[in-house]
Amino acid sequence: MAAATVLTAAVPPGPAAATANAILAVDNITKRFETPEGVVTAVEGVSLSVTPGEFVSIIGPSGCGKSTLFNIIGGLLDGYDGTVKVAGDLVRGPHPAIGMIFQEESTFPWRTVIDNVAFPLEIAGVAKSERYDKALHFVSLVGLDGFERRYPAELSGGMRQRVSMARTLAAQPKIMLMDEPFAALDEQTRLLLGDKVLQIQQQLKQTTLLITHNITEAVQLSDRIFVMTYRPGKLKRMVKIDLPRPRTSEIVSSEAFGRYVAQIWGDLREEASRGMRADESAKLHHGGHS
Amino acid sequence: MSASVTKARWFPGVLGFGSFIGAVLLVELFIRLGLINRFIVPLPSDIVLAFPRVVIEEEVFRRFLLTAGEAFSASILVTVFGVAGGVLLYQFRLLREATETWVAAVAAAPLVLIYPLYLVIFGRNATTIVMMGFTAGLAPVMLKTLEGLSGTRRVLINVGRSFNLTPWQQFWKILFPAALPTIFVGMRLGLIFSLINIVGVEFLINFGGLGQLINELAERYDLAGTYAAISFVILISICVFFVTERLERWLRPVG
Repeated sequence: MAAATVLTAAVPPGPAAATANAILAVDNITKRFETPEGVVTAVEGVSLSVTPGEFVSIIGPSGCGKSTLFNIIGGLLDGYDGTVKVAGDLVRGPHPAIGMIFQEESTFPWRTVIDNVAFPLEIAGVAKSERYDKALHFVSLVGLDGFERRYPAELSGGMRQRVSMARTLAAQPKIMLMDEPFAALDEQTRLLLGDKVLQIQQQLKQTTLLITHNITEAVQLSDRIFVMTYRPGKLKRMVKIDLPRPRTSEIVSSEAFGRYVAQIWGDLREEASRGMRADESAKLHHGGHS
Repeated sequence: MSASVTKARWFPGVLGFGSFIGAVLLVELFIRLGLINRFIVPLPSDIVLAFPRVVIEEEVFRRFLLTAGEAFSASILVTVFGVAGGVLLYQFRLLREATETWVAAVAAAPLVLIYPLYLVIFGRNATTIVMMGFTAGLAPVMLKTLEGLSGTRRVLINVGRSFNLTPWQQFWKILFPAALPTIFVGMRLGLIFSLINIVGVEFLINFGGLGQLINELAERYDLAGTYAAISFVILISICVFFVTERLERWLRPVG
């Protein structure tokens, strides 16, 4: 494998130069929360764009506002400055073009795998036989053939996250938004699921925005990675991942992969340390209760 | 005992029934040994022998059906109004904040004491008994429905929002099924409260089904017959549990 050059660019604050064919355009987002300790700026001046078929990750330390950004882009949170546009359409709430996969286990425990996956089609009013045919396709796509009639309680954590992914894909969103979907899984399962995501992305050319704190996962999957600062969360740097596609988890042992990981960790270490110090200080201030 | 036997599906049921029979035999033994006064607790064997008499002479099946019918009517009312009330408390914050403590207080109150008021309002008839059952069972169902809806995991609600569900869809497709296990806990509690009050009021006003029979048998100091009649009340209770469990499994197969 040819040694890849690590391409990085510092991301200036404020409005970004709009990418002409961007399917997702996040422009100068700032979100403040009122807390008993005063106003906290969770994210500040975040601008980025994602082009069709691209896999982009946002990585940052705990408390950098990643999940706030996820909720804003997904239309679940309002009261912020700036704009989010999907295919030119202003996002004012949950948008049908955006599919979301959450960090927490989010399958419906009272529905079988196939009924979970068929859920968005049921909501859309698709006829029963047609929606089951489509759902079967997505169940198969995430590699859960044979588990269609099982309930989530009968599946492992990794399998349940694949059900969530199939359910989101069944809605055929223009952009898939993922908030640390594999955070609760062990490293091996995470790498293998990463393979599955890569395979699906390759097959569907699915535009994806992943929010994560896992560097390996971000490098393994992404075309570009935005590194965020600790609170207030700003975009610190953009790293273009120039690793060949199609990829598998084998790529994690390559030299180029290691260089990307080192580069991103170099940026993140300072932010993570700042976050840790702030967290410890808060614990000390509140008598050890967080 | 071998592991294969203890793991068998029938084992817990057989163990439970066996333990019950064992306890009954122990009571029989203690009474015969004079450790328990037989004028307070009748011999279990006498209770068993009293069954044919109670069934034939006291028309227990007619009374059983009467009490079961009252319990069923009260159950329908408790379920419909209790779940609806819980939903209202969940939907309207002001209403919840204004009344939740009151509802909780009603759930803990000895409501059987208000039967004279119901006698005045409805008369000495089955309506009073059903309404007493309804009143006693309402609060637990309301509170548990509220608890179940409020306890729905945020992420499931967000999944619904991300799919642009209408408030109606959000309720029927996510909130209600997520809350069902807790709602059923409330229903079981409420229906048992109802049954206790139904039999209690039948006993107090000497009207209707098994409660009246227990009253009459107790008045005659027919202890064995009284306990035999109580067994039929327990049978109704078992039926209530069985029906609610089947209903829950049907509405929400797992989880």
